[in-house]
Amino acid sequence: MTAVLIIVGLIVILAIIVMVLYNGLVKLRNRIENAWAQIDVQLKRRYDLIPNLVETVKGYAAHEAGTFEAVTQARNMAVNAEGPAAQAEAENVLSGALKSLFAVSEAYPDLKANQNFLNLQEELTGTEGRIAYARQFYNDSVFKYNTKIQTFPAVLIAGMLRFTAREYFEAEDEARGPVAVSFNDPPPVTPTAPAAAPAAPPAAPPAAPPAPGAPS
Amino acid sequence: MPTYDQVTANKRRSAVLIFFFVVLVAAVCLAFNYLLDFGIFGVILAFAIAGGSAFFSYWKSDTVALAMSRAQPATIEQYPRMHNVVEGLCIASGLPKPRLYIIDDSAPNAFATGRNTKHAAIAVTTGLLEKMNRIELAAVLAHELSHIKNDDILVSTLAVTMVGVVALLSDIGVRMLFFGGGRNRSNDSNGGGNIVFLVMAALALVLLILSPIIARLMQFAVSRRRESLADISGVEMTRYPPGLISALEKLQADQTVVNSASRATAHLWIESPLARTPEEGKMSRLNRMFDTHPPLEERIAALQEL
Repeated sequence: MTAVLIIVGLIVILAIIVMVLYNGLVKLRNRIENAWAQIDVQLKRRYDLIPNLVETVKGYAAHEAGTFEAVTQARNMAVNAEGPAAQAEAENVLSGALKSLFAVSEAYPDLKANQNFLNLQEELTGTEGRIAYARQFYNDSVFKYNTKIQTFPAVLIAGMLRFTAREYFEAEDEARGPVAVSFNDPPPVTPTAPAAAPAAPPAAPPAAPPAPGAPS
Repeated sequence: MPTYDQVTANKRRSAVLIFFFVVLVAAVCLAFNYLLDFGIFGVILAFAIAGGSAFFSYWKSDTVALAMSRAQPATIEQYPRMHNVVEGLCIASGLPKPRLYIIDDSAPNAFATGRNTKHAAIAVTTGLLEKMNRIELAAVLAHELSHIKNDDILVSTLAVTMVGVVALLSDIGVRMLFFGGGRNRSNDSNGGGNIVFLVMAALALVLLILSPIIARLMQFAVSRRRESLADISGVEMTRYPPGLISALEKLQADQTVVNSASRATAHLWIESPLARTPEEGKMSRLNRMFDTHPPLEERIAALQEL
């Protein structure tokens, strides 16, 4: 009789352990989904800020039409991109275009003093930071989840319950290359390194200033 | 970057320290119990008083700390950069965004308070916002957020409770012994038993007398250890040690002290807001055991190793 009780007790304990592990894995997996969605939220925030920024800069630097078109085009492409690979590439192009826009604005001291422009610049810098942090959080979540399903004891049940390893968010190969900094013209609108360092302002190579204003 | 291991190692050292602190408190309770009749009631009373007052102040920690430093809410319209930086860090750490406050003081400093992540608040001085650039500000705010994330307010409340318990037991115990309230041992086995009793009683008495100062020293040690942990956790959030190094170097160079700080709130700030004790001299080592924060050089050196 006692043998049966012991066996039943062991089974109950085992069941509880499996339940706790399962719940933990589900929580970590959902956190990954949440983190991915969070990246999209921040990207959308950037898309929404851009038209406003373009209008403000246009008011002061009307003849820089080429740069505006590049930014607007890049933004629309990014909004309509399908699938993570296309989206990532469109994001890179957009980052490059934005850098050109800020570089161009360095030559217009009136624009730089405009409160609206400064607010937008601050918001965009904040958003670039948020995007980077959101990607970092996504990667951290994937790390915790992958580690848990690959280590003891969850590794025993992970395969059975269909918990598979997830992929990290990685920089594009071009992004790892050196960034060309030119002090003569604004950089060409090609895929360049996205704003990588969290909380660092987007590095704006100064444009050739016809005005004496020194870039900050 | 090996910060994951650093954080775990730091947390382990912190746990060991707290364990020894608890051992000290238990020893004091036992000593009290040994020496005095109905000692157990004294122990319970000490815990009730010290625990009650400490936990009341913990519960109200945000209100009290903010009122004492005359902090005002920092609106997003006035301080967009601070809000943007904090929101970014909250995304990186998965924490809810704390309330933000500003203190009108030219000394650069910041503190975090609040009983849990949902009731947390961070206050910075206007001096900090002026003197730090965006990256350094992010590093400082990450350090403060780490205090919230690591439940440091709870840890320091527990430390203060234990100091309180020890101080009360020591005070009551020593007084009662001198007024003849000692435990009646006349019906114990005589002869050899008496010597043992005398030795134990002497040890217990010595422990009771010295324990308040030992407990205080342990409280400061815990505070320093948690500050180091907050440094490392902050860097884990920003993934950029040079940011915090640069911020700490600026703090080191700045000699001003915060006007509204006091000994009671000193442990909350990122850098000790009180005037620093001089580094040289025979007394400096002893003085440094009472510091709530590790010396800035040590913190910078630890970060440079990452």
